[in-house]
Amino acid sequence: MEYVNPEGLRLDGRRFNEMRQIVAEIGVVSKADGSAVFEMGNTKVIAAVYGPREIQNKSQKKNDHALVLCEYSMAHFSTGDRRRQKNDRRSTELSLVIRQTMEACISTELMPHSQIDIFLQVLQADGGTRSACINAATLALADAGIPMRDLAVSCSAGYLNSTPLLDLNYLEDSAGGADVTVGILPKLDKVTLLQMDAKLPMETFETVFALASEGCKAIAERIREVLLENTKQLEYRRGSA
Amino acid sequence: MVMRKLQLPLSQTQKVRFERAIERLQSLSSTANSDASVIVTDSIPVNHEDAFLKGHGTSEVDGELLATVCGVVERVDKLVYVRTLRARYKPEVGDIVVGRVIEVSQKGWRVELNFTQDGVLMLSSMTLPDGIQRRRTSVDELNMRNIFVEDDVVCAEVRNLQHDGSLQLQARSQKYGKLEKGQLLKVDPYLVKRSKHHFHYIESLGIDLIIGCNGFIWVGEHVEVRDPMVIDDQKDDEMISSSTKNTGKEQSHIPPETRQSICRIGNAIRVLSNLGFTVTVEVIVETVNLSNSKNIDIHDMLGSEFHVVVAENEAERRRAKRKK
Repeated sequence: MEYVNPEGLRLDGRRFNEMRQIVAEIGVVSKADGSAVFEMGNTKVIAAVYGPREIQNKSQKKNDHALVLCEYSMAHFSTGDRRRQKNDRRSTELSLVIRQTMEACISTELMPHSQIDIFLQVLQADGGTRSACINAATLALADAGIPMRDLAVSCSAGYLNSTPLLDLNYLEDSAGGADVTVGILPKLDKVTLLQMDAKLPMETFETVFALASEGCKAIAERIREVLLENTKQLEYRRGSA
Repeated sequence: MVMRKLQLPLSQTQKVRFERAIERLQSLSSTANSDASVIVTDSIPVNHEDAFLKGHGTSEVDGELLATVCGVVERVDKLVYVRTLRARYKPEVGDIVVGRVIEVSQKGWRVELNFTQDGVLMLSSMTLPDGIQRRRTSVDELNMRNIFVEDDVVCAEVRNLQHDGSLQLQARSQKYGKLEKGQLLKVDPYLVKRSKHHFHYIESLGIDLIIGCNGFIWVGEHVEVRDPMVIDDQKDDEMISSSTKNTGKEQSHIPPETRQSICRIGNAIRVLSNLGFTVTVEVIVETVNLSNSKNIDIHDMLGSEFHVVVAENEAERRRAKRKK
């Protein structure tokens, strides 16, 4: 199948280095400490953060840092064919990956004896759910006022028809080419997540990785705009009086 | 809690009015403060030649002061810190808080306070119902459930904050303790300002209002505070008999007018919290009066029209305040 036509356009009309449209909204779950919806094209994820709060399982209590828990699930209606049972291996693995990524950016040492719960649900899946989940979780954590070292952002890139492609959708993702998901801390310039299925030659990998990091930085810009707007809004509504 | 986008069906005119009110609020907020808003990893400008102290919500990376939370930069002398907006309650010693008992343990009660951990109210740090100062015996420990049980709403003061982050409470006066016959409302803690008075008695309605620093607000029927210090020893028996009378009274009905007042105040607080406005007694009373003067039913207070009216009123109020 031809994923990039001779004019250099992809199946959905994007160029190789173009991302899908990003829509982010903060404060969608009123009972949660922090919440956000993050959309990348047709991929849509809702995140809710509870905590830091009293630890529920006393045996997991940590004396020097907070416990971060993450639950990822996919809504049954998120894909065309109805999803199978809950708690499958894919969800467990993704929960773990997201937990580790978020744990790296939260200053957990400031909140001993407490736990932070992150709940993520995929409302629509169209490739790149992993990245969308991390971005949604970052927004929700920032909304909950949890101290963080940096905003973790993530983006994926792939390699098809000997072209590196940014932000794969479901069709491109299932083409069987390499899929590199990168999570970075833009300010500290560190990589917190790097996953790849399939193999790539070293030189190609580097260009794909560079493309994904560029994507991350663009997403970080967007996330910062949304957060700053939200912070200003809250402050002037509260008023200085 | 705060709805960033007001999740209410607004008609076209309401939408325009609401947006105009919000715009006016935006222009009224002091311009100096508007660029003090920071988000995670924004660098905070500091003069490195002068010594400065980094406070909450900041961290120093490669000689640069970075924010670790979203909020507003505050400077007090040399201290630079970031005041968070939406975050859990940050206790300070002496704060008056309202909470809900979630566990009766060996020597104290665990209280939910919207803090990172549950607060602990020790049996030894509260006045007993008989008001006598003495050592707490094991009998007292067994009778703890007569004082508070799970799901009771209590009011207390922050005693101290331990180094590991745990929070201890005390209730050494009759004004603290169990709260009954009323409503508990939860708002975001950043909407509550610390002030000299957190206990309020709205005389015209006969309502007690306790605005806890942790964002828990109690609206209830007014109760007379009995100070045990004033009562002489001889009157002790009398007091006990009167208190038993009181428990008999508890089953009696709260008049419907009082119930309505409680609901009206409760809804006023809900509206203010939905709009993200600071919650103080003055604003609450004004909102209640506004609803009365506009003849808005209690159940209509949570509708879109009243939200818009309150937003417009708040813009007007702040403008008037600024002129002064």
